[in-house]
Amino acid sequence: MSPTSAASPDPVASPDPVASPDPAASPDRAARPDPASRHALHADIAVRLGDFRLDVSLRVAAGEVVALLGPNGAGKTTSLRALAGLQPLDAGRIALGDTVLDDPAAGVFVPADRRPIGVVFQDYLLFPHMSIVDNVAFGLRCRGVRRAEARRAAVEWLDRMGLAAQTRLRPRDLSGGQAQRVALARALAVQPHLLLLDEPLAALDARTRLETRAHLRRRLRDHRGATLLVTHDPLDAMVLADRIVVIEDGRVVQEGDAAEITRRPRTDYVARLAGLNLYRGTGDGPTVALPGGVALAVAEPVSGPVFVAFPPTAVALFRVRPDGSPRNTWPARVDGVERHGSHIRVHLDGPLPVAADVTPAAAADLGLAPGTEVWVAVKATETSAYPAA
Amino acid sequence: MIGGRGPEAASGRSLAGAVARRWRDAVTRRPRADAVTIRRPRTRRTADTRPPLVLLVPALAGLGFLVLPLLGLLVRTPWSTLPQRLVEPPVLAALRLSLVTATVATAVCLVLGVPLAWLLARVPFPGRRLARALVTLPLVLPPVVGGVALLLVLGRRGLVGSYLDAWFGVRLPFTPAAVVVAQAFVAMPFLVIAVEGALRGADRRLEEAAATLGASRWTVFRRVTLPLVAPGVAAGAVLCWARALGEFGATITFAGSFPGRTQTVPIAVYLALQTDPPAAVVLSLVLLTVSVVILAGLRERWVAR
Repeated sequence: MSPTSAASPDPVASPDPVASPDPAASPDRAARPDPASRHALHADIAVRLGDFRLDVSLRVAAGEVVALLGPNGAGKTTSLRALAGLQPLDAGRIALGDTVLDDPAAGVFVPADRRPIGVVFQDYLLFPHMSIVDNVAFGLRCRGVRRAEARRAAVEWLDRMGLAAQTRLRPRDLSGGQAQRVALARALAVQPHLLLLDEPLAALDARTRLETRAHLRRRLRDHRGATLLVTHDPLDAMVLADRIVVIEDGRVVQEGDAAEITRRPRTDYVARLAGLNLYRGTGDGPTVALPGGVALAVAEPVSGPVFVAFPPTAVALFRVRPDGSPRNTWPARVDGVERHGSHIRVHLDGPLPVAADVTPAAAADLGLAPGTEVWVAVKATETSAYPAA
Repeated sequence: MIGGRGPEAASGRSLAGAVARRWRDAVTRRPRADAVTIRRPRTRRTADTRPPLVLLVPALAGLGFLVLPLLGLLVRTPWSTLPQRLVEPPVLAALRLSLVTATVATAVCLVLGVPLAWLLARVPFPGRRLARALVTLPLVLPPVVGGVALLLVLGRRGLVGSYLDAWFGVRLPFTPAAVVVAQAFVAMPFLVIAVEGALRGADRRLEEAAATLGASRWTVFRRVTLPLVAPGVAAGAVLCWARALGEFGATITFAGSFPGRTQTVPIAVYLALQTDPPAAVVLSLVLLTVSVVILAGLRERWVAR
């Protein structure tokens, strides 16, 4: 982050008269209903690509940031392309505010260049033959803004992004973080009603990612239209988005805010993202019957099909069968040991595959190595069980 | 063809397709799969780096075969009288005609060939592979045959030519315009192949990015696609111009050999060889010089980037 953009109060909230589609309405936005606020995204996307079927519903309110989170090949980018108009729907409907953008049943398809949508692509796709300022001015030029005005507006946007000194450079002269900000400025310069970001931080190294993530978070908060962010990184999703939609294999598997999703994951993928052990079982009062014949005592009584989740830190390992409470212990064999920050993550085989976090000292005391036989104990109070249906 | 040449290499199994690919590879300088690393045996410390005679002898013979005739041209050039001979009116007329017609033919090829290359590279349509093969046909077609074909179509009694004559009073054959037509017919594939290769190599997602910013297809082409493939267009135009400059067979068939009107340098060389051999040598030297300059320019500006 450059010091200028971090220190200055955000000027982005003042709308750019040049970029507005309706110049008469924009100079004093505060006094009028925000035009962007009417443009909520309402999309039911069904696309077939060979054997892959994508079928997701997305709702994004104006001013809201939603993250579409999922593993590679889940259909995130295809969803984004459908919204941008680069991939026509096979079925479903995309509407932004009152405007229908794609509705195959009604024979409506608005091509990409006529949608009020800005896209930040995964590797930014800045035009290599244009200067930075011309890249940012490109969208305005396409919308009929005159050259000088478009460039002036582009320079303002770059200034807001802390890139005032780079306007004359070519994209190849920029660092990854700078290129990301130029791509964001280019997408925002046309004041889109919907902003789409495809893995906006994936191409950056760890350090730049941290800074750029913070910068992006501020920019997204200021954006008045709807924002949809596609990522496979749960941290990006949690930091940047108000709400997370998890998709796997072309389907929405879970939806909610970050806390909700990490506390109550519904699939292996989400659980692994959140670092939780997750099982599906049958609740019977204070215990849940899990696969492998393990009956796990849980904090609160449940019944019927349930998910049980507990963090690896809730798992204790012992050389011999622990005394005291006989519940929630079972023998297991160490399958793998890996360093995970300041602690050691131990993957255990046995009736119930489980991940445990122990301190390096404890790992040394236990002599943990693949193949070591240990006893696993899980505290009932640290488990959480919730209905699976 | 042994694997690893990219998916498009599999398309078009015709000879024309093979030639086209070769040109495309040459122009776009794609790495070829047949480059193989040879591992030296580790046991022998004094490496036997001498190539076997069985390969060396024909290789050197081949090199000599390609280079010696050019050396002969240089040896036999009447260097002392060269300046006077270069400014003789018939020589100058042939040179001027060649330069003008080759340049106009290149312009025609650019105007028609770049959109054609775009169509072949970007718009899926039924028969696209056939169209691609047909476009490259003039590369392998004997130019004389091309000239005959042009006569049959654009001649005074030709399929199209008769209407040109009847409706507009335009008689194409044996005019400078016919020279341009013959040259463009033979040279256009060079341009189309170069530009198509560049278009296929260009990142299409940049065009999509431009579309999401509100650019119409024409704007995308003008402001994004064309600048991205500009080096390919330039290389194709130079190859096209060089081919047009050296055109002989189709030109003499379709346009004849009228001094000052349709007698280009290659035709003048051929005719001078029978009456005034030193003049033929001088004109040949001019063409050789142009070829060397183009080769050097291409290598430095586009190929050896």
